[in-house]
Amino acid sequence: MATVDKAIDRALERPKPKALDVIWSWITTVDHKRIGILYMVTAIIFFLVAGVEALIIRLQLARADSTLVDPETYNQLFTMHALTMIFLGVMPIGVAFFNLIVPLMIGARDVAFPRLNALSYWVFLSGGLLLNGGFISGLGSPNSGWFAYANLTEEPFTTGDGMTFYSLGLLVLGVSSMAGAFNFIVTIINMRAPGMGLMRMPPFVWMTLITSFLLVTAFPVITVGLIQILFDRSFGTNFFNTQAGASPLLWQHIFWLFGHPEVYILILPALGIVSEVIPTHSRKPLFGYPFVIFSGIVIGFMGWGVWSHHMFTVGLGNIANSVFTITTMLIAIPTGVKIFNWIATMWGGSIRFTTPMLFALGFIFMFIIGGLSGVTHASPPADAQQQDTYYIVAHLHYVLFGGSVIGLFAGIYHWFPKVTGRMYNENMGKLHFWLLFLGSNLTFFPMHIVGLVGMPRRIYTYPADAGWEGYNMLSTVGAFLLGASFLIFLHNMVRSARKGERAGNDPWDGRSLEWTIPSPPPEYNFAEIPTVYSRDPAWDLKYGPTGQDETYRETSNGPVSDGLSNGPEGAGYGSETDAQSLGIHMPSPSYWPIIVAMGFGIAGALFIVGPWFSAIGVTILVLGLYGWAAEPVSKEEH
Amino acid sequence: MAQVPASTHGVELETTTGLDHRKLMMWAFLGSECLFFGTLISTYLVYRNNSLVGPYPKDIIDVPVTSVSTFVLLMSSFMMVMTLNAIRKGDQRAFRVWILGTAFMGATFLGFQVFEFYEFAIEEHEFTKCFAEGCIEGTWGGLTPWTNLFGSTFFVMVGFHGAHVTVGVIWLISLFGQSLQGNLKQKDALRVELLGLYWHFVDIVWIVIFTLVYLIGGNDAPTDIQAYLDQGFQLVQ
Repeated sequence: MATVDKAIDRALERPKPKALDVIWSWITTVDHKRIGILYMVTAIIFFLVAGVEALIIRLQLARADSTLVDPETYNQLFTMHALTMIFLGVMPIGVAFFNLIVPLMIGARDVAFPRLNALSYWVFLSGGLLLNGGFISGLGSPNSGWFAYANLTEEPFTTGDGMTFYSLGLLVLGVSSMAGAFNFIVTIINMRAPGMGLMRMPPFVWMTLITSFLLVTAFPVITVGLIQILFDRSFGTNFFNTQAGASPLLWQHIFWLFGHPEVYILILPALGIVSEVIPTHSRKPLFGYPFVIFSGIVIGFMGWGVWSHHMFTVGLGNIANSVFTITTMLIAIPTGVKIFNWIATMWGGSIRFTTPMLFALGFIFMFIIGGLSGVTHASPPADAQQQDTYYIVAHLHYVLFGGSVIGLFAGIYHWFPKVTGRMYNENMGKLHFWLLFLGSNLTFFPMHIVGLVGMPRRIYTYPADAGWEGYNMLSTVGAFLLGASFLIFLHNMVRSARKGERAGNDPWDGRSLEWTIPSPPPEYNFAEIPTVYSRDPAWDLKYGPTGQDETYRETSNGPVSDGLSNGPEGAGYGSETDAQSLGIHMPSPSYWPIIVAMGFGIAGALFIVGPWFSAIGVTILVLGLYGWAAEPVSKEEH
Repeated sequence: MAQVPASTHGVELETTTGLDHRKLMMWAFLGSECLFFGTLISTYLVYRNNSLVGPYPKDIIDVPVTSVSTFVLLMSSFMMVMTLNAIRKGDQRAFRVWILGTAFMGATFLGFQVFEFYEFAIEEHEFTKCFAEGCIEGTWGGLTPWTNLFGSTFFVMVGFHGAHVTVGVIWLISLFGQSLQGNLKQKDALRVELLGLYWHFVDIVWIVIFTLVYLIGGNDAPTDIQAYLDQGFQLVQ
């Protein structure tokens, strides 16, 4: 261990770096943990923006005949709220976890393509700015809904450049998502520590893998749809021009063929997180691991066969409606299997009601409600009543907010000590949970009722005699409670990241490999790549063989050497010198990813000025790619 | 301190599957591309025979000419195989000949495509179509992406395929340049193999497009005389 000690000594003596150097080091970083932090911080800022949009919407709807915002602004608000929450909030927080946790869980030193990983982040940032470009430039934000039904996306049904920003922004975000997903597919398949077979991978890694496959298969579909919208708007093609015989229905099929897998892209990371949090905080292995994994796989496949349940009222015919009813009801089964497995995991466990555990339990509660309301509109006659009412809004928020967002919060609290090396404030965390739990039910539950009594979605106001005012007022109060809970969360995170108690390597008595290394992990993660003998490798190390896995006894001579504990606590975030002194070569920082990403952003932004101006951005992109290809991955140091 | 496993350049030498990261990535990428082209082709098929005005495929699709360019593209795949074979043997001279040949044939295919697009868009297209009621003769203006549904779906689908071929040609020339600089050795055969995978994939996509658009759909035109009468054409004797 002498080398490690020396490295720490050197790190402590190192002079404080200049601010500019620090910023440059973040711009050029290719370290998955730092990229994960960039993703997380950016996504939380966008999440905040989308939350403010939601609060304005709720203020407008609190009273009947409200005139706070005009109809056009309202259309932009609900469109941007959805787009920002989905593409710039929930998805990137999921990707942040892929980055922060997956390489640690599989015992890898980085992802397969570190520079591509940096590219994903910077392209995500430029896509996010582009999507908000209408707001930034004042040219008009997207206003046709996140679903962008044809031909509401084209003149004369929409005016301004909003939907051009929509298609460009989502195209660029798609590049980012796909690049990231390719990276994680390769990382998970190809960079697992020795002994970590597929059926020994932590459930979160499995859900990441499934999500990544959904990303690389679903995004090409919407990419084509977005290109069609963009070409219709900018070059006068006829894809959705009904005057030329086009069918607006084609867009609905393309969009929902992407849109439904997208729903699972949003929820699967949360399912994975909950499958990690519940066993750890119940101090029991995950019950029925293979069922949880195969349910995830089945969800991934079946997610492709249910898209037309978004289109029951279109009139596709009885046969199509019946088929999609059956597939939609069937997909509830694997989801239900997972829920029963989580409950069975808790059964007989010694449960600790920590903040992440509370969020995981809240997730189960909310997700069940959202799942049940989902099953009601799997039936076309019921759906015909519910379509385009607030009942749907209630359902989607129970699964997206009550499901995805609460699940992601569980993950944020669970891994906060690992990522920052410090503990969050438990009391504030619990306050956050209860306020959020109360607030979200108060916001979204009345929407079921007001929807069933007939309040349609996407209306900017309603008459006083409709009788919807009370429910809407409740929802608005709930929304502000949610806002307050979010402020507590932010305060907790910012304060604890700087002043929280030292968390130590393993505050939760964790099961997976990330808890065997220091918090925050050194740049190289593992001084020695560990060998895995079961599904709970960290427990094996601490308590000896768990007896779960037959092959353990055959292949192992007891717990692995303590070389795996990877140095003393508080080794802190290492620099390249540390890695070097251990003889580990990490990839060098690179500025090419941000240049290539700027090429994407500039090409998109200039497209608004005039399609041919994008050539400037494309030139930067191509030159950046050549520079990238010419740059060696790692400096030769010998 | 325990033994540190051998690793270089941040990329572990031994991977879980034994496959190189880049190769796995390329296969995942090509899988994703299947859905990209699948959606473009589906759009074409959904809108097939739905154009309200001409020109229709029957009036302008020239199967013999495109058969030639298709043959050229398929032969470029053969040359790609020879290119990879040459670099695997470390034969730089043969490698350079074959890779330039591949690039040349790819560029020839693109030349045919530019010619075809130009012909479609600029030329006028005369047609004669006979029904039970009699025959109709007329002339269409050029076919552009904004003329009708056929134009939009055809140009965007074939255009994106052409863009893929263009990327492939630039990639081929770049590797040729690297070979001249001495930066592409026998041990770098994988980099040529990756390009090969991409190149063969783009070829396969063209086989699908050629079959559907040219061989099967090349004779598409309205079967109802009313479609022509509605556009102001009259019967000739």
